[in-house]
Amino acid sequence: MTFSLPKAATIAVLTSTIALGACSKKAPEELPPPPVTTPTPTATPTPTAPTGPIVGTQGHFQDAVGRSSVIYFDTDRFNIDSSDAAALQAQAQYFARFPQLTFTIEGHADERGTREYNLALGERRANSAKNYLVSLGVAPNRIRTVSYGKERPVALASNPGAWAQNRRAASIIVN
Amino acid sequence: MKTTFFLPLFAALLAGLPAMGGTALAQDLGEPLGDGGAVEDIAIEGAENDDDGPLRGTVTDESDWEDLGIAIPAFATDRDRPTPANASGTEALGQEIARVITANLRNNGLFKPTGPDSLPSPSFPQITAPAYSNWGGRGAEMLVHGYVSARGDDRLVVGCYLYDVALQDELIREGWVVRPADWRRAAHKCSDLIYARLTGEDPFFDSRIAYIAETGPKDNRVKRLAVMDSDGANHRFLTLGSATALTPRYSPDYSKILYLSYVDGNPRIYVYDIGSGQQTLVTENTSPTIAPRWSPDGRHILYSMAVAGNTDIYRVPVGGGRSTRLTDTPGIDIGGSYSPDGNRIVFESDRSGTQQCYIMDADGTNQRRITFFGGRCATPEWSPRGDQIAFTRIAGDFNIAVMTPSGSNLRVLTNGWQDEAPTWAPNGRIIQFFRTTRNAGRSSLWQVDLTGRNERRLPTPVDASDPAWGPIRP
Repeated sequence: MTFSLPKAATIAVLTSTIALGACSKKAPEELPPPPVTTPTPTATPTPTAPTGPIVGTQGHFQDAVGRSSVIYFDTDRFNIDSSDAAALQAQAQYFARFPQLTFTIEGHADERGTREYNLALGERRANSAKNYLVSLGVAPNRIRTVSYGKERPVALASNPGAWAQNRRAASIIVN
Repeated sequence: MKTTFFLPLFAALLAGLPAMGGTALAQDLGEPLGDGGAVEDIAIEGAENDDDGPLRGTVTDESDWEDLGIAIPAFATDRDRPTPANASGTEALGQEIARVITANLRNNGLFKPTGPDSLPSPSFPQITAPAYSNWGGRGAEMLVHGYVSARGDDRLVVGCYLYDVALQDELIREGWVVRPADWRRAAHKCSDLIYARLTGEDPFFDSRIAYIAETGPKDNRVKRLAVMDSDGANHRFLTLGSATALTPRYSPDYSKILYLSYVDGNPRIYVYDIGSGQQTLVTENTSPTIAPRWSPDGRHILYSMAVAGNTDIYRVPVGGGRSTRLTDTPGIDIGGSYSPDGNRIVFESDRSGTQQCYIMDADGTNQRRITFFGGRCATPEWSPRGDQIAFTRIAGDFNIAVMTPSGSNLRVLTNGWQDEAPTWAPNGRIIQFFRTTRNAGRSSLWQVDLTGRNERRLPTPVDASDPAWGPIRP
């Protein structure tokens, strides 16, 4: 797949990348809960504005890239595999469309690691995602990374399915 | 750009806690604990005919000290006087002191103690002239006597005596002058005196524990820095909970606590000053810093720092100054625990592909792997005695294990689903750790002795993790 496409084709490429991500074998058994749309405390939209999240919110980002806002890792690993790459390509296209946006990549680990090691592992995962996005043309100064280790799980059970959901790097729009 | 990232956090902090204000809030800090009071040793009188001082000879039955019956009746007082330490006066305080000593010994599986609530109270003159015949009939082989006396300056004098009932002689005695607020320290020092005299081990009761207090659901845990005495008393929260706090470590002199806080949105190590309640960053650097540790002399700090995702171990003088990088591999090098002489450091690295324990000289040279048991080795902690290293053994479940500094004689001490992060008692005979339950994610503090037989949960007001046992208090 080439990315030297005219701007008009961006949406089509975006859609196909999302589809690629969706059929990945590495998708967690259970889906994370749907994103909570952050209410925007700013001015109410004009009556003619389309409904839905506005640019600069996490909701808008997730509406655009779908499940590709998060990538998942194998146990103790931090490499970007093919499904991660597809998701990050979708993110990179979104950030190319909205060059004013900055964002944070949160690196996480599952609970089956010691606390300190998992903080370091989350750093590696967040930086892997960042480096890949930079290789796709996203300016590094738009990306902040932070590791939460095993301190912020999204899946709460103690089983392999939950752990797979928690070994993740999540991109969060800074607004 | 960085400022942009942090503004929402501080805004949220201020909105969430409007009643609190100032820099303490911005740093998530509560009221300072203040400096602890010193305990002064004082010579106390023994029996009138005892000109030679305390007998240092053999206890009548040393074959199995764990089964020694010890009677601990109420401490007497020369005159029942009001004291800030107890609303009912020094006589009631004497009862409380004996209760604390009894609980210390009982909770740690030491001896067979009988406390003041089921024993007659000796008179003040009997403290130095025990009525041995009364105690022998109660099956007590050892007898603890003591007194508490309020001085004119409000301070308390506490005397502690250990008698061998069969020998009808004093084994040891000591006295202390404490502020009323520190009365429990006298009880702990008396516990230590008894324990050390009867077992030959070093003391450990007069010490404190820093840990992380946890509340809330698994996906939204509040994690606060907290401290308590070795028996759980004098509990205090040091942070407010608006920012996640992790992995505290008491300085060897108890003046500071190193810990990790997300207060600026990133994981960073702070040096918290206990007396002033203020804190500073361990190093001015934009990279995240984790896993803080003290050198045994309290003059250096080890920290691990992730630069572009790669974590290595660094050392920095406590007063600030240049950091020295001690490890240099593409893997995660993290943690570190000094040998008691300060010459070597045991640490954790996944440079081989999995977490394993390594030893290096204190300057970072001569790094070599010491664990080859098939599982993974994490969070190694060198015993204060120097002869053992405790660690988290990961082999399916997480257990607490010990081994020699060469990695030999590995012994697994616990069998929880997830037992993590050992910390040593000041005397190297007991290990505390935290245990997490499967699914619910509840965490609690536990301790186990080196035999693995005496395991118990430590009472804490809320869930708890990351215990860090300090040394004997100065």
